Amino acid sequence: MGDVVLMQGNEACVEGALAAGMRLYAGYPITPSTEIAELSALRLPQEGGKFIQMEDEIASIACAIGASVAGVKSMTATSGPGFSLKQENLGYAVLAEIPLVVVDVQRMGPSTGMPTSPSQGDMMMARWGTHGDHPIIAICPSSVKETYDLTIRAFNLSEKYRTPVLLMMDELVGHLREGMELPDKEDITIVDRPTVKYPDPKRLPYHMKKGQLVPEMAPFGMGQRYNITGLIHDESGFPTNSIEEAEKMMNRLMHKISDNYEKIKDYVTENLEDADVVIFCYGGTARAAQTAMEMAREKGLKVGIFRPRTVWPFPEKELEELSRKVKRIVVAEHNYGQMLLEVQRVVKNNCIVGFVGKWNGGVITPQEILAKIEEA
Amino acid sequence: MVNRGDVKPKNKQMSNLVYKYMRPEHLPHIWCPGCGNGIIMRDVAQAIENLGLSRNNTIIVSGIGCSSRAAGYLDFNTIHTTHGRAIAFATGIKLANPSLEVIVIAGDGDISAIGGNHLIHAARRNIGITVVVMNNNIYGMTGGQYSPTTPKGAFGTTAPYGNLDRSFDIAGLAYGAGASFSARGSAYHVQQTINIIQEGIRHDGFSLIDVASVCPTYFGRKNKSGSAVDMLKWQRDNMIPAEKAEKMSPEELKGKLVLGILHQTQYTEFTYAYERLIKRLYEEREANE
Repeated sequence: MGDVVLMQGNEACVEGALAAGMRLYAGYPITPSTEIAELSALRLPQEGGKFIQMEDEIASIACAIGASVAGVKSMTATSGPGFSLKQENLGYAVLAEIPLVVVDVQRMGPSTGMPTSPSQGDMMMARWGTHGDHPIIAICPSSVKETYDLTIRAFNLSEKYRTPVLLMMDELVGHLREGMELPDKEDITIVDRPTVKYPDPKRLPYHMKKGQLVPEMAPFGMGQRYNITGLIHDESGFPTNSIEEAEKMMNRLMHKISDNYEKIKDYVTENLEDADVVIFCYGGTARAAQTAMEMAREKGLKVGIFRPRTVWPFPEKELEELSRKVKRIVVAEHNYGQMLLEVQRVVKNNCIVGFVGKWNGGVITPQEILAKIEEA
Repeated sequence: MVNRGDVKPKNKQMSNLVYKYMRPEHLPHIWCPGCGNGIIMRDVAQAIENLGLSRNNTIIVSGIGCSSRAAGYLDFNTIHTTHGRAIAFATGIKLANPSLEVIVIAGDGDISAIGGNHLIHAARRNIGITVVVMNNNIYGMTGGQYSPTTPKGAFGTTAPYGNLDRSFDIAGLAYGAGASFSARGSAYHVQQTINIIQEGIRHDGFSLIDVASVCPTYFGRKNKSGSAVDMLKWQRDNMIPAEKAEKMSPEELKGKLVLGILHQTQYTEFTYAYERLIKRLYEEREANE
C-alpha cells in the first residue's frame, strides 16, 4: 500500500509523468492546464530534471521534441488554443518518430471560447489535427488516480512505439480533487524507447529488421551520427521523392500502431452481462454516466457502461461486438457529437445510437443521461 | 548513411573539409549555381575544424528553406526541423544535454519572420547555442518572395511594385533582444566570417552570426544585381569592418553593412544557471536530511 494523498487531476498528471521518467517539461501558461506547468516547475529540478517556460505553444512542443531527440523523456501540456498551435510539430514527431507526451486539458471552444468551462471538443482534432495521414494514440482519464496511471501509460506507449501520445484530459478531470493511493515505486512499470546499445556508423537509423516496426535510433550525442527530418525519408533518414519509399514509410507508420491494436487498446466496462442499454462515455463525462447507470439500475433498467480509456485507436472491434448484443448505445460527451460519429460508423445498424451532448460550457448531469436512457 | 572511413576523396579537388565534415554521398548540394550558402556552410565546417570540435558531440539544427538543407550535407547529428522552429528544437536539445555543442543554421525568413519570436527569446534567455543565418534577402526555396530582410523598394515575386516594408537588421535585432554575442559576416569575406563563427561558437551564451549570402537566381535576377560575382563584389565594396565603422557617421554608413563582431558581453548562460539550481536544491535536501 502506498500513501493516500489528496490530489488534483493536473497534479496527478505531473506526478505520474515524473514517475514515468519525465525529466523535461516545456510549456506555456494556458487555462485550465496551467497547474501542470506550475507543478512541473517546482518538482522537476528537485528530481534533477528541467522545466522551461517557452515563448509560445509552438516553441514548447518544439523544445520538448528537441529534448527527446537528445534522449530525455519530455512532455508539454496545453488547452484548446494551444493544442491548435502545436499541431504542425505534433505531425513532425509522428513522422520523425520522436517519443513525446502532449497533454490537452480540454476547455470549451472554438477560439478562446470559455476558458474555465469543461469540454471534450478536441477529440477529432486529436485524431486529425495535424496535416497528412498519420496514426495517433490518445488516452482519456476519468479520475485523478486514472490520470496518474494513464500518464505513466502515455509515456510508456510513446517510448515503446516512438510516437507522440496525447493525454486528452478535460477541465472536469484536470481540476477535480480527490483522494488517491500512490502506487509503490516497484509496482510501476517503466518502458524505455528502443535504442541502439552502442554506436554503429554502418547502421541506418530507420532500418527495420524483418517484422520490426519501431526504429532504434540513438540519442543525439551518443556517437551515432545521423539525420532526422520531417521530410519523407528512407531508412537512411535522408529525404526521398520515391513513391515506393514514401509508401513503405507511410505503411510502416500506420502498421506500427494498427498491428499493435491489441496491446494499445484499453477500455473498461461495467454491467454489460445483462445490459440492454449501454452508455458510451470517456474522460470526465464518465462520472455522470456512472451515477446515471446506478440510478437506472435502481429503477430496474438494465444499463451498462462502455468506456474507452484509449480513444485513438478507437476500440472498434469490441464496440462492434457489443452493438450486436444490446438494444441501444447512448453516447454522452461534452461536445456537439464527435466520438458519436465514430460510434455510428462502427455500430452501423446493429442497434440504436442515442446522444447526450453538451457544448455550452455546462456539465452533463446524470439526470440528462438517465432521461435519454428512459426515452426508448 | 555511410561510414566516413569508407569514403575517400574522389579527386584532389575535393576539399578535406568535405571529406571530414560533410556527407559526400549527399552531394552535390541542391543550391543554385552562384548561391552563397555553400560558402557559408564551408565556413561553418572550417570553424568547427579550427576549434577541433567533436563530430559526435556537435549538433546541427536547421529549419525549412534553402539554408536548411545544410543540415543534410553536414556529417554530425543533424536535425532538419519545421519552418521557423530550429531555435526552439535546439533549445530542447541543449537543455536536455548541455554538454552538446548546438549550432543552428537558418535563413532570413526562417529565423526573423516565422521564427522571429524564438530568436528574440533565445537571445534574451542567453541559452548557449550558436545561430548562423544564411541571409539572402529573399525566400529562395519558394521562388523569390520578399523576406523581412529584403530592402525597401527591392523586388520579389510578391513585391512586383517594389517592397513597401522596411527591412530587418537581424544582428541588430538579436542585440536588441539581449543576445550576448551578435555579429555579421558575408559570403565574400570568407576568412573573417570563419573567425567570427569560431568566436560565436566559443562564446559562452547565445550567439548570432548574420551572414550575408547571395541569391543570384531570385534576388539578383529580380533586382538586376548582376551575376553572382557582381553580387559578391557588392559585398566586397560595401561591407565596413566594425573597427572602421565605429569612426564613421550614420550618413557615411548609409547603404553599407558592418562586418565583424558587433556586440559581445558576458552574462550567465541559461543551462548553466539551471544546472546550478538543480545542484542547489540537491544540497539543500542533503543538508536537511
